[in-house]
Amino acid sequence: MSDTTESGPVLAADGRPLKQSLNRALRREKLRALALIAPLLIFILVTFIAPIADMLFRSIENQIVSDTLPRTVQTLDDWEDESEAPGEAIFETFYFDFAIAAQRKEHTRLGTRLNYEMTGISSLFRRTGRDVEDIGEVYLDQFEDLNELWEEPQPWVAMMGADGWKADYADWIAARDAADEAGEDFGRDPPAFVASATAREALPRTTELYTAFAEVVQPARRDSLADDEPWPVVYTGLYQDLMANPDAASAFGGDTATLLAEAAAAVPEFETVNFREAFIEAESDWADPEVWATIKVFAPEFTTGYFLASVDLEKTPDGVEVKPENEQIYKLLFGRTMFMSLTITFSCLLLGYPVAWLLANLPMRTANVLMILVLLPFWTSLLVRTSAWKVLLQQQGVINDILVWIGIIGDGNRLIMINNQFGTIVAMTHILLPFMILPLYSVMRTIPPSYLRAAKSLGATNWTAFWRVYFPQSVPGIGAGAILVFIVSIGYYITPELVGGTTGVFISNRIAYHISSSLNWGLAAALGSILLIVVLVLYWVYDKIVGIDNVKLG
Amino acid sequence: MSSLPPYATTGQRVWYYSFRVICGVIFFFLIAPIVVIIPLSFNAEDFFTFTPEMLALDPEGYSLKHYEDFFTNPDWQQALRNSVAIAPVATLLSVSFGTLAAIGLSQKHVPFRRPIMAIMISPMIVPLIISAAGMYFFYSRIGLQGTYWGVVLSHAALGIPFVIITVTATLVGFDESLTRASANLGANPVRTFFKVQMPLILPGVISGGLFAFITSFDEVVVVLFVGSAGQKTLPWQMFTGLREQISPTILAVATILVAISIALLTTVEILRRRSEKIRGMSPG
Repeated sequence: MSDTTESGPVLAADGRPLKQSLNRALRREKLRALALIAPLLIFILVTFIAPIADMLFRSIENQIVSDTLPRTVQTLDDWEDESEAPGEAIFETFYFDFAIAAQRKEHTRLGTRLNYEMTGISSLFRRTGRDVEDIGEVYLDQFEDLNELWEEPQPWVAMMGADGWKADYADWIAARDAADEAGEDFGRDPPAFVASATAREALPRTTELYTAFAEVVQPARRDSLADDEPWPVVYTGLYQDLMANPDAASAFGGDTATLLAEAAAAVPEFETVNFREAFIEAESDWADPEVWATIKVFAPEFTTGYFLASVDLEKTPDGVEVKPENEQIYKLLFGRTMFMSLTITFSCLLLGYPVAWLLANLPMRTANVLMILVLLPFWTSLLVRTSAWKVLLQQQGVINDILVWIGIIGDGNRLIMINNQFGTIVAMTHILLPFMILPLYSVMRTIPPSYLRAAKSLGATNWTAFWRVYFPQSVPGIGAGAILVFIVSIGYYITPELVGGTTGVFISNRIAYHISSSLNWGLAAALGSILLIVVLVLYWVYDKIVGIDNVKLG
Repeated sequence: MSSLPPYATTGQRVWYYSFRVICGVIFFFLIAPIVVIIPLSFNAEDFFTFTPEMLALDPEGYSLKHYEDFFTNPDWQQALRNSVAIAPVATLLSVSFGTLAAIGLSQKHVPFRRPIMAIMISPMIVPLIISAAGMYFFYSRIGLQGTYWGVVLSHAALGIPFVIITVTATLVGFDESLTRASANLGANPVRTFFKVQMPLILPGVISGGLFAFITSFDEVVVVLFVGSAGQKTLPWQMFTGLREQISPTILAVATILVAISIALLTTVEILRRRSEKIRGMSPG
C-alpha cells in the first residue's frame, strides 16, 4: 500500500488509473450481457408481459359508461334525491347521449355491460334504442314545417362546415361525379368533416351533435353528408341553441342567416318535449331510480366491481353487499378448484412416493429403464392422455366393460366415472404424476442408503427407520413436488373441460366461458387476476423452498 | 431394497413383494392408458372400446380405416398442415432469442439477473388459461388475434422458458477459457460463437428446441383463444373431436403422436448423454 501513497494510484498499461480501467471493462461486459439479453427481453415483454398487464388493466377498467354517456355521467353528479328518478335536466343530457349512442349502435354494448350489474338493463336499453328517434321527431317536424329547406342536407353543410372543408368537399363531389360519368370506380374517401368556428361559437350544441352525426355517417356511406338529413337529435340541439341565443343568425351570412333568423323567430312558439315524460312513457323502467343508481355507481372510469363479483359480492347503490344465496357461484368454484387441486396433489404424492423410492433405490440400469415408464407419459401429448381417459372411463368404455365382464357390476348399472369430479381427479392425477415423481426422485437419490441401515442396526424397526430417518430427509422433495403439482393443477383447463362435466370444472373453465361465451371480459380478467396472484404467491413459496433455478427438465 | 437379504423374515418377504406389486400397479396406471389406445386405434368399428372380434384376435376386427380417415379427411389434413406451419417457426424464434439470452445470462456480471430471469421464465409459471386470456385481449387490441403470426408469437413466448432453462444448464459446465483461447488465437466474437461455443452447447440448444417444439405442437389452450378457424392445429382438432365425440380417428392421431413423443424422448435422452460426455461427466 505504501507504493500507492508514494507514486499515486496504480496505472494500467494505457496510463489510466487501474481502477477506472477495470470499471470500464466491467461496464463493457455488463453492456454486452445486456445486449445479448435485450432482444429476448423485448420479445417477452411485448408478446407475454404486455398481454398479462392488459388483462390486469381490464379487470378494473370501466370506461364504457363514461365513453358512451359522457354528458349524462357529468350531470348525474347533481342527482341528489336518489329515491326517485332524476329530473328533466339529467334526462335531457341523457337524451342527447343516448340518441347518439343508438345511432352508433353502442347502446346495446353498454346495456350488456350494465346488465352484469342489474338484470333487465340490457333489454331496457335495446327497446329504448328503437324509441329514442321518435322522441326528437317533434322538433324535426316543426323545423321542416317551418321551411322545407330544413329537410335538405345542403343547408346544413353550408351552415356547419368550415370554409376550407367545404371547398375540399365540393372538389371531392366534383371528382366523384366526373368518375361516375366516366363509369370509373371512385375509391377516394371524402374529406373528414370540420366544423366552422362561427358555428361552434353561435350554435355550440348543434355543432357538437352535427359533428357526431358526420363522424358516424361519413365512413359508413361516403357521400352521406350531401345526401342525408341529420338525425332528429341534431334538430333538438338546434332548437335549444336558438332558444338560448336568438341572435345566432347574425353570426352567419347569406342564405344561412335568413334561414336561421326565420327559425329563431319561430322557435319560442314551438311545441316542446319533456324528455323525462317521453322516456318514461316509452319505457316505464326509466322511472325506476335503481336503473339510474346503477348507471351512477358504474360511471367512474375504473371499478372494483369485477373483483367484487369474483368473490360473490356486488356493488349496489347502498354500498357493497353479498350476492343472494342462489347467485353465489365463484366462492364455490374457487373452493372446488382448491379442493380438487389438493386432492390431486395428495393422490400424486400417494402414488408418486413409492415409485420414486423404488427408482432411487434400484440399480442405475434398472432405474433408467423404469424411468422411461415415467417419462413417456410426461412427453405424451396432453390431449392423447385425456382422450385415453375418456376412452377408459366412459360408460361404454374399457373399464366398465371389464367390470361387467368379470361380473362385479351388472350391465344395467355401469359406473358413471366421467363428466364428474372423479373423472377429473383420476385423469389429472395421471397427467401430473410425473411432476411429482421427478422432483421426489432427484431428492431421494441424494439420501445415502447407509442412514437407513445405520438406524436399523441401532435397533429401529423398519417403520421407525423410515419415519424418523428417511422421511424427514425426503421432505424437500415432497415440498417441491407438491407445490409444483398444485400450481399446475390449479390453472388447468383442457382436462376438466373434457372430462369434468359440470361438477368437475375449475375456475379456469369459468374464465374461458366468460371470454368466449358470455363475453364478460372484465369479469374474466378479474377472475384471471385472482388466479394469477394465487399462483405467483405459491411460486414465491416454491422459490423459497426449492429455488426456481433448480427447475430441471427431463 | 435392491435385493432381499437371505436372513429376511417372512414379514419382510411379504412386504418386499407386496411393495413391488404396489409399484407395479402404479407403473401400470402410468402407462396403461397410453398403451390401451394403440390397439383401439385399429378398431374396425366406430367404437371407443374393444369389440369381441378384437378380443378374439380376429383379423376381421382390426383395420386401418381410422388412419385412412386421418390421411384423407380434409379437416385433419388442414389441422396437420397448420401444426406443421406453426410449430417450427415458433421453435426457431424461441431458440434463436432464447440461446442468445441464455448466453447473456450466463456471463459473470449481469445486472438485474434475478428479475430478468423471472420475466423470462414467467410464461412457464403463469397458468395457460391466464396467458391465453391476456393474449386474447392484447392481441385483439393490436390486430394479431386470429392471425398466423399471432399464434406463432404466442407459441414462441411459451417455448422460451424451456430453451432458457436447458441452455443455461448446459452453459453451467462451459469452460470460459475456451472462448478466451479462441479470441487469443485471433477469432472474432462471431466466429468464436459458431466455431467454439455453439458446437459445445448444441445438445442443450437442440433439446431446448425440442421442448419448445413439443410445447407448440401440443399446445391447445392459447391457440383456442389467439387463433381463429384458419389456424386450427392438430390438438385443437382433437379437442373439438373429443368434445363432440365424432370418431375414433382421434385415437389414430393419438397413436401417431405417441410414436412422435417416443422419438423425441429418445432424441432428448441421447442428447443429454452426449452433452454430459462432452462436458466430461459420466453418462447417467
